[in-house]
Amino acid sequence: MTVMSYLGAIGAAQREAMEADPRVIIMGEDVEANVYGTMGGGKSRADKGDFLQMFGARRIRNTPISEEAMVGAAAGAAMTGLRPIVDLSYSSFLYMAMDQLVNQVAKNRYMFGGQASLPVVFRSAMFFGLNTGAHHSDRPYPMFMNVPGLKIMVPATPSDAKGLLRTAVDMDDPVLSFEACILWGLKEEVDEGEYRIPFGVARTHRHGNDVTIVGISTGVHAALQAAQKLEAEGISAEVIDPRTMVPLDSDAILNSVARTGRLVIVDPAHTTCGAAAEISAIVAEKAFDCLRGPIMRVTTPDTQIPFSPAIEKQLYPDAAKTIAAVKRTMEARTRAA
Amino acid sequence: MTRPNDLLLEMQKRMLRIRFFDERASKMVKRGEIPGTVHTSIGQEAQVVGACMALAEGDYMTGNHRSHGHPIGKGAALGPLMAELTGKATGVCGGKGGSMHLADFKVGSLGESGIVGSSIPIATGAALSSKVLGTGRVSLAFFGDGAANQGCLYEAMNLSSVWDLPIVFLCENNQYALSTPAHTVTAGVIAERAAGFAMPGVRVEDGQDVLKVHDAVKTAVDRARAGQGPSLVEVITYRFNEHSEGLKLGTDYRNPAEREAWMKRDPIKMFRAHLIDKGIADAVVLDALEAEVAAEVEAAYQFAEESDYPAASVAFKDLYTEPFGVTQ
Repeated sequence: MTVMSYLGAIGAAQREAMEADPRVIIMGEDVEANVYGTMGGGKSRADKGDFLQMFGARRIRNTPISEEAMVGAAAGAAMTGLRPIVDLSYSSFLYMAMDQLVNQVAKNRYMFGGQASLPVVFRSAMFFGLNTGAHHSDRPYPMFMNVPGLKIMVPATPSDAKGLLRTAVDMDDPVLSFEACILWGLKEEVDEGEYRIPFGVARTHRHGNDVTIVGISTGVHAALQAAQKLEAEGISAEVIDPRTMVPLDSDAILNSVARTGRLVIVDPAHTTCGAAAEISAIVAEKAFDCLRGPIMRVTTPDTQIPFSPAIEKQLYPDAAKTIAAVKRTMEARTRAA
Repeated sequence: MTRPNDLLLEMQKRMLRIRFFDERASKMVKRGEIPGTVHTSIGQEAQVVGACMALAEGDYMTGNHRSHGHPIGKGAALGPLMAELTGKATGVCGGKGGSMHLADFKVGSLGESGIVGSSIPIATGAALSSKVLGTGRVSLAFFGDGAANQGCLYEAMNLSSVWDLPIVFLCENNQYALSTPAHTVTAGVIAERAAGFAMPGVRVEDGQDVLKVHDAVKTAVDRARAGQGPSLVEVITYRFNEHSEGLKLGTDYRNPAEREAWMKRDPIKMFRAHLIDKGIADAVVLDALEAEVAAEVEAAYQFAEESDYPAASVAFKDLYTEPFGVTQ
């Protein structure tokens, strides 16, 4: 075990995958110069150009600012024997390649009757909470949950980022990885050896009996802080991180709600048709009889993200909003038997 | 370029396959035997076959909504293609693709695309894998004059050029994007746009001549295989049928005199005359070839007719390598 940052863990997973399989390549804007620090591995901020030196320009490929070509070419390469990792920098840049992601990447295996496999990973960072304004602050994973054929990972910790990303590269299906910039510096003990975390298996961070809090990405940390404070007030909260939105471990959530009878979802995406909305619907459909209070969503309101530091942070889920949501569902009158 | 006689006869055979297959498909749409519509390559056979036969067997290609000719030109079996048009389980995509999404990976056909221009980056990626893995395969992207105004083409051309990818961008300029004349929406000459990306660009003015198309594309393919990078080939041709079968537009957007002039330049009749003229085959041989292809298409039709529809559960298969969480 060694202490790794979230960013360093992403780099470590990429290095592992590059070393394990010569078919793995990395392409994207500024990857040669390791601008974002994920092209070195292991270190929080790797030396400039680490991967380029280690693996050479054949496998570490700077691209022009052409997201459609980059995403489509990675898909075509994956269909013909490579296993590309595409670094799309900011998550908002995915929209430039929407046709390729939705019409080609997600559909080609299905549409061609299983003739195609698309072992490709599209990594992007969500820069919200860092005063980058409306164009860089999106949390767009729920949009892609609405596109069958894509798998989606939203790691919240360094160890999950490393294990999930390694699984993603080894998988024969296309994966979108949504990484939260605000977590880049987060550190914990991580196994530096090879390990893989399966998709569709939630992680229970904390056991509890009174309420289930499902946290997504940065929402996991808001949920954990809230749970700690609630404990002092005698409320026992269970905190679950689905880790992958597609496939979603709905069983883990349903089983937890069956015990606690209450559900709060902390999701930094927008409210409408968000991940929290989907989880709410699943629980309302399948565990209605277990519910002892309303399902509460703690999300970002349906507005765009403003630049000014004075007004940005208030929009995102945090511990205080999570605690308020827990209290609201705890106070709701228990349904008459 | 000298070509062996069997190659020349194979060109005529594949053009006939496309013609008879699409004529049958057109009838099937009218009789309701094919759900939806189809876009035929009738009239464009020389452009398709000249390009496909410039490729080697293991080479890759992607296509578009005018989609049957490409896999046929690349050598795909007709039965599974026809069964795909009728939505049968034996279809080349198991009935999940349909006319606009044919793909036959066995012959390097990586997929047609119902979205104009959308498969161009896919072909670019196939060229990238060839380059990284050193397989020596060439990739070819078919797209129309309409797709020539999609941004992804220029992103792909630029990327291919800076990476020296083994790819041929093949513009099938049939002069109309549905009803819109190309010259009214396209600035300059498409082939000349290649210069902006530091690659050769050639225009085949007579795309009804299979040998002229073959020459131009072969030059581009050889160049790509030799590691010299991408090329753009624009082929001027004409579709004889409507944009799609069964489509009836209120306005005649194509000048009847223009259409008549192009219909006289039927690539199959022209090449038949050429083969006879050069003493490569006589009328008896060529008649037999036509009968053979007609029988192939009839057998493909029978195969499609006799095949079963897919089971309902097939709608949930092949989304992922391992099915999960799909609510049935």
